[in-house]
Amino acid sequence: MKIGVCAKFTPDTDTRIKLRPDNSGIDPTGIKWVVSPYDALAVEEALRLKEKHTGEVISFTVGGDDTAGLLKGTLLALGVGRAVLVNDPAAVGTDALGIARILAAAAKAEGLDMLLFGKQAIDGDNGQVGSMVAEILGWVQVSRVSELTVEGTQFKAVRAVDGGLKELVAGSLPAVVTADMGLNTPRFPKLPDIVKAKTKTVEVKNLAALGLTAAEVAPAVQASNFGLPPARPKGRLLTGDADQMVGELVRLLREEAKVL
Amino acid sequence: MSGILVVAEHDAGVFRRTAWELLGKAAALATELKTTVSAVVLGDAPAADLGSAGAARVIHVTGDFATYSTAATTAALNAVITAEKPDVVLAASATLGRDAIPRLAARLGTGVGTEVTDLRAEGGAVVGRRPLYSGKCFADVRVVRAPAFFTVRPNSFPQPTRSGAPAPVTAMAAPAASDGVTVLEKRAPSTATVDLTVADRIVSGGRSLKSKEAFDTVIRPLAASVGATVGASRAAVDAGYAGHSEQVGQTGKVVNPTLYLAMGISGAIQHLAGMRTSKVIVAVNKDPEAPIFEHATYGLVGDLFEIAPKLTAAFAAS
Ligand SMILES: Cc1cc2nc3c(=O)[nH]c(=O)nc-3n(C[C@H](O)[C@H](O)[C@H](O)COP(=O)(O)OP(=O)(O)OC[C@H]3O[C@@H](n4cnc5c(N)ncnc54)[C@H](O)[C@@H]3O)c2cc1C
Repeated sequence: MKIGVCAKFTPDTDTRIKLRPDNSGIDPTGIKWVVSPYDALAVEEALRLKEKHTGEVISFTVGGDDTAGLLKGTLLALGVGRAVLVNDPAAVGTDALGIARILAAAAKAEGLDMLLFGKQAIDGDNGQVGSMVAEILGWVQVSRVSELTVEGTQFKAVRAVDGGLKELVAGSLPAVVTADMGLNTPRFPKLPDIVKAKTKTVEVKNLAALGLTAAEVAPAVQASNFGLPPARPKGRLLTGDADQMVGELVRLLREEAKVL
Repeated sequence: MSGILVVAEHDAGVFRRTAWELLGKAAALATELKTTVSAVVLGDAPAADLGSAGAARVIHVTGDFATYSTAATTAALNAVITAEKPDVVLAASATLGRDAIPRLAARLGTGVGTEVTDLRAEGGAVVGRRPLYSGKCFADVRVVRAPAFFTVRPNSFPQPTRSGAPAPVTAMAAPAASDGVTVLEKRAPSTATVDLTVADRIVSGGRSLKSKEAFDTVIRPLAASVGATVGASRAAVDAGYAGHSEQVGQTGKVVNPTLYLAMGISGAIQHLAGMRTSKVIVAVNKDPEAPIFEHATYGLVGDLFEIAPKLTAAFAAS
């Protein structure tokens, strides 16, 4: 089986986000970058599929100059066979569709059976790229998957749909699958493997190598005027014993907050 | 502007709260932008009713949409949008909005402003405001191609009053489309309460519960007494007190209820990311220094095992 996985690096979840002085985006200084948690589930699933069915895992990432080092210490150390990094100044500031066009172009050449994504990255929280890549490649997609099996050219997946409902679905490869919590528990790279991976190479490509132009990745979606979350009105601590606090809380919820 | 199109979703013919919410907001935006609102309905539902909340027209795609299909949904919406050429398309941030809308945007070569929590009219266009980095910051989003898609987080706008006349309905047959994905089995959630992402009230429990039994006998009855959906911190989920699908936070569900009760939850940054937009936050924690209190509308310092049963009784009585 030839399995692709798309993964990106996002600020560690305990990062306190700071903004650039002109509010044009976040200030990246001091941020620790980790594999976006849902992408980590996708990577783990790709490795498990490879271990079960034999074959190869190829990863695809759009990133910058620091990304190759990050890929070595994470995906390549975990057992991803080849890591493709698209690094091109024209890709900076593109939107989900631009990223999808890049990833689809990079993946297309590889003759994959399946392409895995996290259901969303925890920076932009867009959750669009998997569906967009599936459309561009003309493949089926299954989103928010918490169980996955492959038999021959068929797959079965459990996906989350509205109302807390889950559905067991079946379809034919090639397919795009996006990973949700519960799919697996990602392994951590072992120290010797991290050391070994330092000598591995990341395949770096630019847009031209993928047959794409800067115009094709010009963003349709533009973000501006970044701000920190609006401060919540100052709350209050209730006083008294448990009975008094509970009585006061119910009164406040009804009369002041008017939510009961 | 050639109009705002609202994707009005329904469950077995009953329009969702999000459908009304989006229509109400679209009507207000359309007044400012001097344009009109239309709605699209997939499958069997009383389409004309949407006129009551401001839809000037409804395009009713007839066919079987009872089970969600990426291919059928994308094809139907594509047919409607290609015919109607709206400038703006609004959908709720739910399965359709997350799964089909990006696919459709790729088909049409445009973009999606995702998970917006506010929309405004500015310079003749619609601008979204949305959380990024799991709610740790916000930004304006503009979509500079047409149509501009926006998916809206549930409960972002109030339910509109429904006083308008029924809307004229144009029927359209669903285009044939299949991706060969078949649904073999539907697995209902273990509880009958509304899903966290659309819940109006949530009661969450943390690691402090110390066992699944305590979670089941303290948190779940409290939630039931106030008609709330149960949530949990990741620590509670990892310890097996609650299910994966009940986790609230950066790597769980992002929720936006009117009332959020955090019972014995410290308020870690990853948990706050999932619930900080809740309108009223109540925190019960025995540690007066717990970070959750900085975000709580009402804080109760004390033992949840003492407070929760009293609160359950008080809610049940009120
Ligand atoms: C990559 C990553 C992703 C994460 N994603 C999430 C996520 O999505 N959601 C999430 O919630 N967390 C997430 N976390 C975990 C997060 O960092 C915290 O560890 C977690 O939220 C803590 O859960 P808690 O508040 O239940 O437990 P604790 O932090 O242990 O807090 C327990 C609280 O209960 C109080 N308490 C104890 N006993 C009582 C009592 N009898 N009565 C009243 N109060 C009591 C204590 O004072 C304390 O404040 C993530 C972490 C990482 C690294």
